[in-house]
Amino acid sequence: MKHLLSADDLTTDEIIALLGMADHMAEVNARPVPKVPALRGKTVASVFFEDSTRTRLSFETAAKRLSADTMTFSASTSSLNKGESLRDTIETLSAMRVDAFVVRHKSSGVPLQVTEWTDACVINAGDGWHQHPTQALTDAYTMTREFGTPQTLSGKTVAIVGDILHSRVARSNVSVLTKLGAKVVLVAPSTLIPASATEWPVNISHSLDDVIADVDVLYMLRMQQERMETAFVPSLGEYTKRFGLTAHRASRLAEHALVMHPGPMNRGIDMVVDPADVPGSRILKQVTNGIPVRMAVLFTLLGAGNASQLTQGTDL
Amino acid sequence: MSKSAAELVFQNASIVHPTGVEVGDVAIAAGLIVGVGSGLTGKKIIDATGLHLSSGFVDLHTHLREPGKEEAETIETGSRAAALGGYTAVIAMPNTDPSQDCVAVVNFVRQKATEVGLCEVVPSACITVGRRGEQLVPFAALHEAGVRIFTDDGNGVQDPLIMRRALEYSRDLDIVLAQHCEVSRLTEGAVMHEGECCSALGVPGWPSIAEELMVHRDIELVRLTGAPMHFLHLSTAGSVELVRRAKADGLPVTAEVTPHHLALTDDLLVGFDSVFKVNPPLRTSADIEALKDGVVDGTIDAIATDHAPHAAHTKDVPIDSAPPGMLGLETALGVVNTALDISVVRLVELLSWNPARIAGIQDRHGRPIAVGEVANISVWSSTATWNVSRNEMASKSKNTPYHGMKIRGKVKYTVFNGELVVDNERAVR
Repeated sequence: MKHLLSADDLTTDEIIALLGMADHMAEVNARPVPKVPALRGKTVASVFFEDSTRTRLSFETAAKRLSADTMTFSASTSSLNKGESLRDTIETLSAMRVDAFVVRHKSSGVPLQVTEWTDACVINAGDGWHQHPTQALTDAYTMTREFGTPQTLSGKTVAIVGDILHSRVARSNVSVLTKLGAKVVLVAPSTLIPASATEWPVNISHSLDDVIADVDVLYMLRMQQERMETAFVPSLGEYTKRFGLTAHRASRLAEHALVMHPGPMNRGIDMVVDPADVPGSRILKQVTNGIPVRMAVLFTLLGAGNASQLTQGTDL
Repeated sequence: MSKSAAELVFQNASIVHPTGVEVGDVAIAAGLIVGVGSGLTGKKIIDATGLHLSSGFVDLHTHLREPGKEEAETIETGSRAAALGGYTAVIAMPNTDPSQDCVAVVNFVRQKATEVGLCEVVPSACITVGRRGEQLVPFAALHEAGVRIFTDDGNGVQDPLIMRRALEYSRDLDIVLAQHCEVSRLTEGAVMHEGECCSALGVPGWPSIAEELMVHRDIELVRLTGAPMHFLHLSTAGSVELVRRAKADGLPVTAEVTPHHLALTDDLLVGFDSVFKVNPPLRTSADIEALKDGVVDGTIDAIATDHAPHAAHTKDVPIDSAPPGMLGLETALGVVNTALDISVVRLVELLSWNPARIAGIQDRHGRPIAVGEVANISVWSSTATWNVSRNEMASKSKNTPYHGMKIRGKVKYTVFNGELVVDNERAVR
């Protein structure tokens, strides 16, 4: 594996191997000094053309715990403001000898384009509405470890609720979760479901109340204010009424059911109930798990891919 | 004039007439066809055995980019590309900068093209000033300056009132309005056809209905006003059916399709390669089949390239900010000949006779191959195969979607106003 651009590119075996590697990384993270020299001498550049809190910090922390050098590029303080093109920016950074680019961009397809402008590995940290593969791996890791079934989600039903149309998280999760055998239900008004989602290996529902009692995982997406401007929904109030997670709806969840959200939450709109009051909530656990999963991705792409490296020289 | 005085003779060519193909010689002198028959000789003799000889092709839809975007194409480089594609006339689209919405800009384009002299560049003009859809251009003044075809191409005229008035006003003059059919409110930010691939890639879609709604509206405006209308680059099955019915009703509408809409599908965008981003977008194979049916049954009158050069650095950006458009002039014959299973007579009708008539230049282009006619001629092979390379384009830009593809059909010679401007696949200047 040279790049990680799309969850669609991953085979089931590759997903299972990455999640297994994440277990090793979680063990590293649990040590008093959570650091190994596995990627010493490697340089990881996080190149974020769009705002991010958790993904950028998660990647940078993951790289540091593997002893890679990190380089942070932030669009707002860069020469992009002087009119430098995306291509020139990437080629410039690449000339500083970067081993991996972690790329986020508001436009779908940019990480794939970046691979044409550099010899380094490229990891997609979210592109437009297209893909966010490390989020989906993190979510699959969280689900499989919670259920104690590390290799499969067979027999589990995952409802992904909300703005599917504009969600890279949804696209990546559909790909990863169905490959692991989960039954995925997309729950949203018709306006927020992609035109051809009927061709996807999923079920589609337009009523959260119809499905909520039967899910093993309730996966909530953020609903954004600007969706009203182009009439995707009549009002956020009506959206919340139909698709928000209220305390009443949360009370109908099965006892074992997990509640997840990729963040950032839009409290009062997609999450009305305080997640702290939902016993099945794993929203912060997702954030915690993001680090070992991203370590696994970086190590798989950049390291020798040999887990024995992780047991050497735990102290630096 | 005696046969021996001919400057140029094509011998043993398969001459394409509306009635069929006839093998013979064609002699040219002083800009005119001076002989059609057998045993003709002259100063320069070209053996055209196995090649088709027809009236030169006419492109209803060419973006030459000059004035304004000379980094992408100039009238000179675009004229050369046209000649190499077998075209003796191209209609220059008016979305230049400044746009062709006044006599001065139209005259500039014509003057520049005359100096280049590789083909006739026929300027079209906008329907509305600056293509903003608000105020009509001076139709009568532009008509007097020789403009016969008007379009806001790149934009559809959104306002039904403006379109109605434009049609009514144009009826007084011998001109045709050409519509780019796109309800822009339905295509905001669109990158590609709204379909399966679009849903997977997570980009805004360009739904077929955005084209069909405007085709439908404008057919009804034609019915109301009686003014003729030409539909540019139709891309959907629904549009073809609407035009088919309008023609059955006897309405004065004509329609074109591009080679790329007959040959390429939306799934080519899967790698986010902006060379495949075009407006209207590449559609599905079902649309291609419907367009082909339209070509065969006469619903579609013309093949037009929508040749749209873009400098590499403008395409080498995130796909949602890349400008739409692809090259077409040099590959049109090969792509169409490869994609369509039609007679050479029908092919020439689509590439030359019909577009010349729609553009109002049938006095000098799309003429019979007969003594006394202006020598605007294309000589081409329908069987020669070649590999398209973006590095071998005469166009100033390289954005051909056919790079690396093998196509069948190649222009060998082009004669413009009696001058051999393409000689054995090479432009003479």
